[in-house]
Amino acid sequence: MLSTKDIEKLAELARIAIPEEEKASLTREVDAILGYVNEIQKVAGENVEKEIPEHRNVFREDKNPHLPGEFTEGLLEEAPRQQDEYVKVKKIL
Amino acid sequence: MSIDLKHLTIKKAHDHFTKGDFSARELAETYLEEIEKKNKDLNAYLEVFQDALDQADEADKRIKEGKATLLTGIPFAIKDNILIKGRRAGAASKILEGYYATYDSTVAKKLKEEGVVFLGRTNMDEFAMGSSTENSAYGVTKNPYDHSRVAGGSSGGSAAAVAADMSLAALGSDTGGSIRQPAAFCGLTGLKPTYGAVSRYGLMAMGSSLDQIGSLTKTVEDARIIFNAIKGKDTFDATSRDFQTPTSKKKIRVGILNYFIDDLASNGVDPEVMVNYNEVKKKLESIGYEVKNITADVSSLKYSLATYYILMPAEVSSNLARFDGVKFGALEEGKNLLEDYLLTRGRGFGKEARRRIILGTYVLSAGYYDAYYNKANTVRSLIQKTFKNIFEEVDVVLTPTTPSPAFKIGEKSSNPLEMYLADIFTVTANIAGIPALSVKSGEATVDGKKLPLGVQFMASHGHENTLFDIGKNFERALS
Repeated sequence: MLSTKDIEKLAELARIAIPEEEKASLTREVDAILGYVNEIQKVAGENVEKEIPEHRNVFREDKNPHLPGEFTEGLLEEAPRQQDEYVKVKKIL
Repeated sequence: MSIDLKHLTIKKAHDHFTKGDFSARELAETYLEEIEKKNKDLNAYLEVFQDALDQADEADKRIKEGKATLLTGIPFAIKDNILIKGRRAGAASKILEGYYATYDSTVAKKLKEEGVVFLGRTNMDEFAMGSSTENSAYGVTKNPYDHSRVAGGSSGGSAAAVAADMSLAALGSDTGGSIRQPAAFCGLTGLKPTYGAVSRYGLMAMGSSLDQIGSLTKTVEDARIIFNAIKGKDTFDATSRDFQTPTSKKKIRVGILNYFIDDLASNGVDPEVMVNYNEVKKKLESIGYEVKNITADVSSLKYSLATYYILMPAEVSSNLARFDGVKFGALEEGKNLLEDYLLTRGRGFGKEARRRIILGTYVLSAGYYDAYYNKANTVRSLIQKTFKNIFEEVDVVLTPTTPSPAFKIGEKSSNPLEMYLADIFTVTANIAGIPALSVKSGEATVDGKKLPLGVQFMASHGHENTLFDIGKNFERALS
């Protein structure tokens, strides 16, 4: 059984502020869903042998980078706070 | 010439263009008029693009020069989670208010090369989370067949747009049924391609191992045309690849999963859906298909929904971590950086998004990772292996698309688990990565109104042509 404390801990991890009036119902709902999905425990625990996929190691060569600053202006325009070619945030430390 | 939108298809429109019966501009104008008439009520479009007619004019130039392809000048509606450079995109969420796409998704790029006309962006469940479009931050989309009912989700806007003749075709995305279910609810053809067949570059990620972009159209042929235009390996999507897409066999064997009949039919599947499903089986036999019960052990498929509701929230919690008010979208400021995050995400995300992120965070957290996430991945491998066995016996698996016709707005929104059960027939294809096509199969009469029903065909990886083949023959047999 999930408690409200558990939900609060998860919300903190996920960086989401859950409104006070929602905590009880959210706890109930998440608990019910977990109860349902838990039925996969009934599946016999065999580990299915993983086949080596045909599609693998698809990284490109580390060559031909785009020109520095090519996308900066366009991307920065979307940032809520920006300054001098940087995305701006409140102090971290 | 007055344009019959109801029976229009891509090929017909193309022929009319090349013969000069009407222009791309005239066709776009006709759809824009329908949008003007109907969208206020149906709420299918979040935005109609101001330059739609300019795009149509460009298409007309190509048509006059004799350089038109099948898709040139064809009006399209685009789901709000697919990026078109310079245009707003928001996944129907407040957290992306003010965001303009800084690049083209690969599908948009390909369709631009064809010269389609993007009419606008369509409503959806926020971040594709939902089966009814009730989770949109901008209101629900109504079902054109009965305005008191949902259009389905999460691609509800795209479905309503095509079904109500507000567009000829639409793109949607499908992670657990989000194209196929609204297609079934709105009497359309919905295709979820093989995982990897269509590039996800520029699709806002929900479940990266499950998502695919696909189409909602009136006919199977239209779905085929669009699929061929948008498919292909893309260097910008490392999970994409080219498939051989073999031409379909002459004698397609259709398989029935027994457990649907035994287990689910008595348990929450609408009786009219079962009646229609049995009629579909008979119809397929009457046009020459072999319809047989699958004998392979399919017991793992029972766990598809549970597996999905572990893997998908896990991936969601990871994919939605980027929405933090720093790089794009809306920012709700607090006293410090941590509060910026808490408030932005707490207020920017809707209830369902918050719910699934919390669920995903739980199943990925220390102490639970093994029991939930790892276990779900094991079951996923089992399901994939099961399908491998199934497709040695049959070429196509047939199921109803949904357990019921469109439900009433508000009917399931208070109980999330009940809403999740709407996906029971569709999630399996996403877990296995196989292609699936929903085709209109009949109607149910509910409260005196006729509501569409859909039936789903699933085939092995890369076998979209098999789906198109049987889909078209079935469609013809019903007409």
